Parts: sequence; structure tokens; C-alpha cells
Amino acid sequence: MKKTIWLSGIALAAMATSAFAQDATEVRIMWYSDGNEGEVIADLLNRFEEQNPDIDIILDNVAYQVIQEQLPIQLASGDGPDIARVTNLKAQAEHWLDLRPYVADPAYWEENFGDRLDWMREDGSDAITGFMTQLTLTGGFANKTLFEQAGVEIPAKGATWDEWIEASRQVMESQGLPAAFAIDRSGHRVSGPAVSYGGNYIGEDGLPAPIDDGTMAFLTRLVEWTEQGLMLPEVWVSAAGTTYRAAADDFINAQIPFYYSGSWQVSNLSTKIGDAFDWVVVGSPCGDVGCSGLAGGAGLVAVKYTDHPEEVARVLDFLASEEIVREFSERTLFLPAHAGIVAEGGLEFQSDDPLVPPAMNAFVAASAETLPAADALPAWVWANAYYGAIVTRVSQVMAGELSLEQAREMMDADIADQVEAAGQ
Amino acid sequence: MKAVGRFLFRKRGHGGAWHWTDVVTWIWLILGTIIMFGPALWLVSSSFKGPAQLAEFPPTLLPYVQEVANVEGHDTPLPLYMVTMEDGSTRVMAEIRRIGTSAQMVDPADPQERVSVPLVDRQPLREVGLALNNYVDPFLAFDFMRYLGNSVFVTVAATLLTLLTNSMAAYALSKYRFRGRDAVMLLIVATLMVPLSVILVPLYSVVSSVGLLNSLWGVILPTIATPTGVFLLRQYMLTIPDELIEAARMDHASEWQIYWRIVLPLAAPALAVLTIFSVVWRWNDFLWPLIVLSRRELYTLQIGLNTYAGELNVQWHYILAMTVVTMIPVVLVFIFLQRFITTGIAGAGIK
Amino acid sequence: MARFGETVGRVAALPLVLIARALDPLLRLWQRWTGTGGMIAFFLLPNMAIFGVFVIIPLVLNVVYSLTGGIDILLKDRPFIGFDQYGRLLECQDYLQPTTCREDQFWTAVRNTALFVFFQVSLMVCVSMITALILNRKIAGRGFFRAVFFFPVLLSPVVVGLIWRWILQRQGLMNLIVTNLGFDPVVWLNDRFYAFSAAVGVSTWAHMGFYTLILLAGLQAIPRDLYEAAEMDATPASRVFWRITLPLLGPNLAVVLVLALIRGVQIFDEAYVLTGGGPGTSTLFITQYIYEVGFASFLRNPGLAAAASILMGLVLVVLTLVQLGLSKRAEKERAR
Repeated sequence: MKKTIWLSGIALAAMATSAFAQDATEVRIMWYSDGNEGEVIADLLNRFEEQNPDIDIILDNVAYQVIQEQLPIQLASGDGPDIARVTNLKAQAEHWLDLRPYVADPAYWEENFGDRLDWMREDGSDAITGFMTQLTLTGGFANKTLFEQAGVEIPAKGATWDEWIEASRQVMESQGLPAAFAIDRSGHRVSGPAVSYGGNYIGEDGLPAPIDDGTMAFLTRLVEWTEQGLMLPEVWVSAAGTTYRAAADDFINAQIPFYYSGSWQVSNLSTKIGDAFDWVVVGSPCGDVGCSGLAGGAGLVAVKYTDHPEEVARVLDFLASEEIVREFSERTLFLPAHAGIVAEGGLEFQSDDPLVPPAMNAFVAASAETLPAADALPAWVWANAYYGAIVTRVSQVMAGELSLEQAREMMDADIADQVEAAGQ
Repeated sequence: MKAVGRFLFRKRGHGGAWHWTDVVTWIWLILGTIIMFGPALWLVSSSFKGPAQLAEFPPTLLPYVQEVANVEGHDTPLPLYMVTMEDGSTRVMAEIRRIGTSAQMVDPADPQERVSVPLVDRQPLREVGLALNNYVDPFLAFDFMRYLGNSVFVTVAATLLTLLTNSMAAYALSKYRFRGRDAVMLLIVATLMVPLSVILVPLYSVVSSVGLLNSLWGVILPTIATPTGVFLLRQYMLTIPDELIEAARMDHASEWQIYWRIVLPLAAPALAVLTIFSVVWRWNDFLWPLIVLSRRELYTLQIGLNTYAGELNVQWHYILAMTVVTMIPVVLVFIFLQRFITTGIAGAGIK
Repeated sequence: MARFGETVGRVAALPLVLIARALDPLLRLWQRWTGTGGMIAFFLLPNMAIFGVFVIIPLVLNVVYSLTGGIDILLKDRPFIGFDQYGRLLECQDYLQPTTCREDQFWTAVRNTALFVFFQVSLMVCVSMITALILNRKIAGRGFFRAVFFFPVLLSPVVVGLIWRWILQRQGLMNLIVTNLGFDPVVWLNDRFYAFSAAVGVSTWAHMGFYTLILLAGLQAIPRDLYEAAEMDATPASRVFWRITLPLLGPNLAVVLVLALIRGVQIFDEAYVLTGGGPGTSTLFITQYIYEVGFASFLRNPGLAAAASILMGLVLVVLTLVQLGLSKRAEKERAR
């Protein structure tokens, strides 16, 4: 008896030392969360670590601000995590690692993520740098209960922006609401609608084109709607510069019957609205040339300055595998970017809320409506310069500081300044 | 009792009459208390509200939770409402589900009978209650104890080093005459003009090149040579009579002994003030640690708290709750040291 | 409570005392070897070394940044372009009309900051003066009220901005009060006047406790007998204030003015969280402009930001010198 205890003790000690001897490689992931995705990814990574004891993954949950402001400085100094979840993928493409030599099966990546690899590599490169953890699509949400109470029909598919705002105005007046609708304060959010009115940001040489009449058509409307008190003013007007502001809380609070944001809000709305009212996803209203939303999303990319490219590739291989992408999407209520899963369909989004599955399906359907000019934007390096200029200047017009004509000149000048500075 | 009243309402006016300045004084003090404390109390009250209640208008002064009841035939407790029936009577009913603009309700006493009620005819029944999850969830989900430990380490180490280096410099600048003294003083005071937010990028490259990135010392060291601290301590030490120091020199005390046995104890009130400020500054530091620390195990509380601000959504209920938690230590330090504040600043104020 | 705090302080200081004692023989040697000069150097060294590395060097680097162009962050990647950034900032047809300037937002921020400093410093001095005078009276619970007014100084600027943003939003406490009083709710932060007033008011709220204490300390240092003499002569209270209190408070008032001015020009965190610079650009202040241009926005340009910060620093130095000069002259005149 005593002997066995001794022996098992030695065996345990031996196991322990061997586990220590085989030093686990550390892989750091910088991650930000809008909802529950941080918990889900932590759970999935635990599973990976169990299967791969030689890799020790450290998940650094950070604020989005860190990704946006601090990560670029780290990257410029040749520092940074091994893997990062980033939205500004294209402009920082020079810092991402080409995983092609390291991943188990490049063909799998090409096949399932091929469409969006261009979003996260330098122009003309064939690198595999990571994958989109989620695809997003901008689109509208309507408060069905408010529409019903007002006795106003929800505009049918194919309705224009003007018709939508008119219907929302009727709801606003009948229900005594502070505003008819709101769009998040973001250049990305208005760009889908701008394209629907014939806007195109990209010049023939790939550099930014001057602001065109199509873009101005939508921006003019936006300003008019604000002046008429139809658009909730505090979202755009009460901030300067490029600060992002969402209007989700006003929609959740039933202050506006119509809200233009995007697919990432589904989980947020479902949690916070609960049973208070019924809401539906209505895709993007139409302009003169189409009914386009704008795709986007966050990508998980490998950073070039890592010391362990093989291990990084193994982690990403795991996270990009069909099974894991499926589970991640189902649990986070995100649209997957995996071509195989999209083709196969049948995602079972995990939510008790009966409003969620039709909402997700509506976004999937709306993704077929995007126009080529919108599809080009996520892979265009100057997109953020354009977005920033639009938000900054249009807000000033809404606040009565500039005329639309002045704003148009200033947007062009801002963008040109940026192009010039980058060329220095 | 009368004496207490007389003490409480001691006035300037003679013979018990209220002078107008007494009225102004008390109006000012009472309004001041409301304006100064009110917002913080509002923050504390809001931090106990659930996400849905936070988005409500009009907001309630106290946090409420929805009353629920267990109804036979339903696994989860159902929310209770006060329902106005068609005949004008009111009943307490539980809601099963809501369909469009009406709700399917049931009387908890009689679970068989279901009634359809228009939404406008029902009011939620709520009781005062605390959404403790706002506090509990972050404690469980994020590494609270570690962040707390890091914050405490940064605050304590930075404050001790600040007190030491600043008081040494202040001693040299107040009790010795040497060439360039005014220049040094001017240089120190001039840097009051430079807020951190404008030299972020160069400071980052300096810290990076000395290898202090992702180290708590990278947060501590750049902050300890505070111009305010040197200035405050120097002004206070100027009031310490030189005769004391001369007398000590006669007794063959070394300069170092004079510094820590005579000058430091006499400067205690000013040191207490600097301690309060240093603790408050370092505990509340946000922008700089955010830049230096990008690894989870090094986060301070303020940075950990910030992870609830996503790209697209801010989780207000957690942010409010954790803000309250981060306020507690600062308030405690203040309560301990506040009696020094007036004397400390009084001495530093130029005579 | 206080006794307990003292005990804790003594126990915590014990190891420090031991270290200090252990250092003494070494430092005696040093003093014998280098004399008083060596000791001065020893006392100054730790502070000045840290100061040099983490304040002076970044400041110098900042000047270098302002002379370079491009959008790269690291200095080694940035081309030297001379004074172009300054030229860009200063290029303007009419400085009073920011939209005619090349960097219109910079000049808007300059104008806003100037207005802000004017109103905030005036309000701050008035409010802290009144509060200090009141707290200097013999009133019940003086310690409590002193703590009340000091309390917001303990809060971080981010928290300050957050609390007030929370109160002033459309669904906030302020509108609850306003509607209960029978008025229509207002979107406070969406109105140029209210938003600007909120920025002024909130920053005063947050910092007035500090200035009140400085003034209170000054008030308490004024000899009692002066007041008693005035009372015997039956001097009116207003005359006592203008002839005795204010002149004797001069140095403290100067400190308050200089500090409030410097901090006013540097206003950032609380205003940024509170108004975000809006509505439009009506509360865009200079530090927010620098932060956004240099760091935060998609239109990043570190060189331009560095140039703007150096212009701001120069203005601050000039303002401070002017103010110190003025208070010195006032003192001299009084002495005459």
C-alpha cells in the first residue's frame, strides 16, 4: 500500500516536471468586445489550450479605444500582440503577418475567406493575414409596436429613404416622439445610403475622388432632416471631430421609430429591449440607384512582429475552422464570414428571443442588395479618411456652422491634406 | 437643546436677529451640499439599476426591480403588472407574453384564465431593489483582485517615490543658496504648462526606448517628478526657520539628518496634502496607463473598467457600478487625511 | 479615526526610518568628500533625473516632431519639413473668422478656449471666493462643509464628465427636475449656449474645492485684530472686504488666478467626455484638437499636433508671465 503511494507520487512528480520542462509558448491576443464575444472566445480558446498544452494563450481584453489609438503606435514601433482583433484592417495591412507558409491548408482559407482577404492585406499581395470574426452589414431597425400604435404601415421592401422618413414622421407626430429616426454618428454608416444615391468615393487612380453629387444628395437630405427635427439631433450635432456616437439607446428607449445602424446591434437590442416592444430589421432603404448597405466587420489578424508564427497559425487555424466559426457565430449572434457556412446555411442562433432569427435572416437577405461601389470600400485604404471628413464637416453643417457648399469644399480639402501628408 | 440650537444657528446679527449674511450663508451651504453631493449620489443610485431601467425616461430616483410571481404552469417567475380592466377596476396580474400592442396576462391566483390586455392599460409593479449583478458580474468576469492589486501597487509606490524625490528637491531648493537655483525652479514650474495629452507620442517613444513598456514601472516613473509637489513643499519649507537648521549643524548633524529628522517632520502637513493629491492623481490616472499597459495581467482598475467600452456599444450598467467601486479608496484616504489639508495649504500659501 | 490613521502612518514609516538611518554614515562620507555642493546635487538628483528623462526629453522631441511631416508615428520614419506645420496652422485670411483659415478647427478651438478661460476663471474666482468667505465664518459643521466642497476634487476627470453627461442627457436627472417644475425638457448638450455653460459649470464644480482651500488658507492667515479694529470703527462690511480682506489675500488670489488660467487653457478630459466638443464645434477646445489630430482621429497628423501644442505652450508662458508681472506691480503699488 505504502509502496503504491510512493510510486504514484514519483509518477506525479515526473509528470509535473515534464509538463514544466516543455515550456508552453505564449501567444497573446488583443481583443475588444461589444457584447458577449469576449466570453465566447475565451471559452473557445480554453478548449484549444486543453488540446494543445504546448501553447499558452493570453487573451487581453481591451477597450476599442486601445485598438484604435494605442495599437497603431505599438505596431509602428515593431511591438504589439501576436494576434489582434482590428477593424481598421486595410490601412495597417503592412503590419500583418502572411500566414500562408504556416497555416495547415491555405486552400481552405482561400476557399472560405477568399472574398475578404483583400480587406486585410496590401494591394496586390496574395497574403493570408487572418479572417473576419464577424461580418457586419448596415441596415435599418423599425419599432413595429410604435408603427402599429400609430396606425402607420411599415414601408414595404423597396421603399425609398424619403418614404421611410415620411412614414417615421407620421409615427413621431402621432406618438409624440422627440424624433422620427436616427443614424449613428459614423462615416461608415452614411456611406451605404450615399452609394444608393449614386455616390462613389474611389477615383480612377484608386485615390479619393472629390465628393460627388450622389454623395451630396444623401448628405443634403440628412442635413434637411436634422433641420426639420426629424433626425434625432444629439447623435450627430453634439460632438466635434470624428467621435463615434450610437443612437441605439434612443431606439431601445422607444424614442425613435426608425434607426439606421447595423447587424451588430441585434444582440444588444435583443438583450436590452427584451419584451418592451417588437422590432424588425428592414434592410437598407433605397436611393436613386439602389438599396445598398455597407459591409464591414472586425478581423482577427496575425501581427508580423510575433516570435512564434507557427503557434499563431495553429491558433488561427483552430479559430477559423468551420466548426468553431459556426459555434462562435451562433453564440454571439454575428454574421459569419465563412463561405462554406454561408452556403450551407442553417445557423442556429442561440437566443430565446423570437425576434432574433428573423432579424438575422433579414440581414443575410439584405447582403445581396449591396452595390459594387459599396463593396469596394472595406478594401480601400482611404475609406477612413473619407469617413472622417464626412462626419466632421456634416456635423458642423447640422450645427449651423457651415453651409453645405462650404462643407463640400472642406471635406475635399481634408481628404487631400491626408493624402498629401501620407505621401510625404 | 437650546444650546445646540444656538450653536447651530449662530449668527452675525446682534440680539438674535438674522443678518442677511446669515441667510446667504445657509442658502449657499445647503445649495452647495446638494450640488456637490447630488451628482455622486445620483451615480451611486444609477449604478444599482438594470440596463433597461437605465434607458428609461423619466428616470426614478431610486433603483427599482420588477416584481415577479411564481405562477403554476410556468417554469420561470412572471413579471407582475397593475392592470386596469374594462370596467375600470384594477387587478394585479402576471404577464405571460406580449403580442403586438396587447399582452396576454393571467391572474396569479387563477392560472387557468388568460386575458388579453392592451399595453396602455397596464403598469409594471415594481419595488425598490438593487441590481447587484452590476457589481457581481464584473467581479467574477474580470480579474478584479489583480487589477486592484496593480492599482494599489502603482498608487503606493508612486506616492512614496513622489514624496521622497519631491521633498529632497524641495529641501535643496528652499534651504540652500546656489547658482542656478531660480533657473531650476523656473524650469520645474514651467512644466506645469505641459499637459500629458500633448506629449503622448514623444513620451511613449522615450518610455519604449528605456524598455518600460508593459511594466508597472513605466506607469510609475514618468509621473513622480510632479512640479506641483516640488512647488508646494518648497513653499512650505521656506516657512521653516533657518535657525533650527543652523542649531542642528552646530550639533554636528549631517545634512541628510537635518533633512529627515528636522525638515521632514516639520513639513508633515504639506506632505499630507501632497499624499492626498498624489493618491488621487495616481489612482485616477487613465490616459497614460492605457498607453503603457496593453497586457491584461498589468491592468489597473481604471483600465480594466474601460474594457466595457466597445467599438459600438458601451455597457453602462457595468461602467457605473465599477466607477463607484473605484471611488471608494480615494474617499477613504481623504477622510483620513483631510484635517491636514487646510493647514498644509495654509503654510504653502505665500505669506 | 484620526488617531488610528496616525498609528498606521507611524508603523508604515518605520522601515523608511530604518533605511534613512542606515544611509546616514554613507552620506556623511559623501558630505565630507564633496561638501555642501555634493549634498545639494544629491538632494536634487533623483527628481531632476526623472524630470529630465520623462519631461524634458519628450518636450524636446515634441519640438522635433513639429518640424517633420507625414503620417508615420515614429520619429525615424518622418521626413524633416521645416516650419511647414506652423505655416499651415497660421495660414489664415481673417483670424476672427475661423472658416477662412486653412486649419479652421484649430482657430475655432483657439477661440473657444479663450472664451472658456475667460468665463471659467471669472466664475471660479467668484465662486471659490464666496465659498471661502462663508467657510471662514464661525458656522456649525465647518469641517463637514469644507469636505463637501472639496469632494469633487477627488474624482477623476473622466468620472466627472461621465456623471454630468449622465445627468444632462435627454433622459437624465436634469430633465426630470425641469419637467417636474413644469417646463419642457431640453436637450442640454445639443444647444450651443447650454453646452458651453455646462463645460464652464462642470469644470468649476470639479475644481473649485481646491481653489477654495487656497483662499481659505489665506483668509485664516489674516490677523484677527485687523477685523476687530475695523469693527470698533464701525467700518461697513463691504469696505472691510475691499480694504482689508482683498489686499491681504492678494498672493493667494494670484496663485489661484495663475493655476486656474493654466488649467483652463489645458481643459480636456472632463469636457471631452461631457460634450465631445459639440454641438458642432462649439466646445472644441485646443487640447482636444491636439489629441484628435495627433492621436485619435483617422486623419492623424502628429507633426501638426506637435506644432499646435508648442504654440499653446508659448501662449501659456506669456499669459503666466503677464499675470505674475501684474500681481507684482499691484503688490508694489500697495506697498507704496
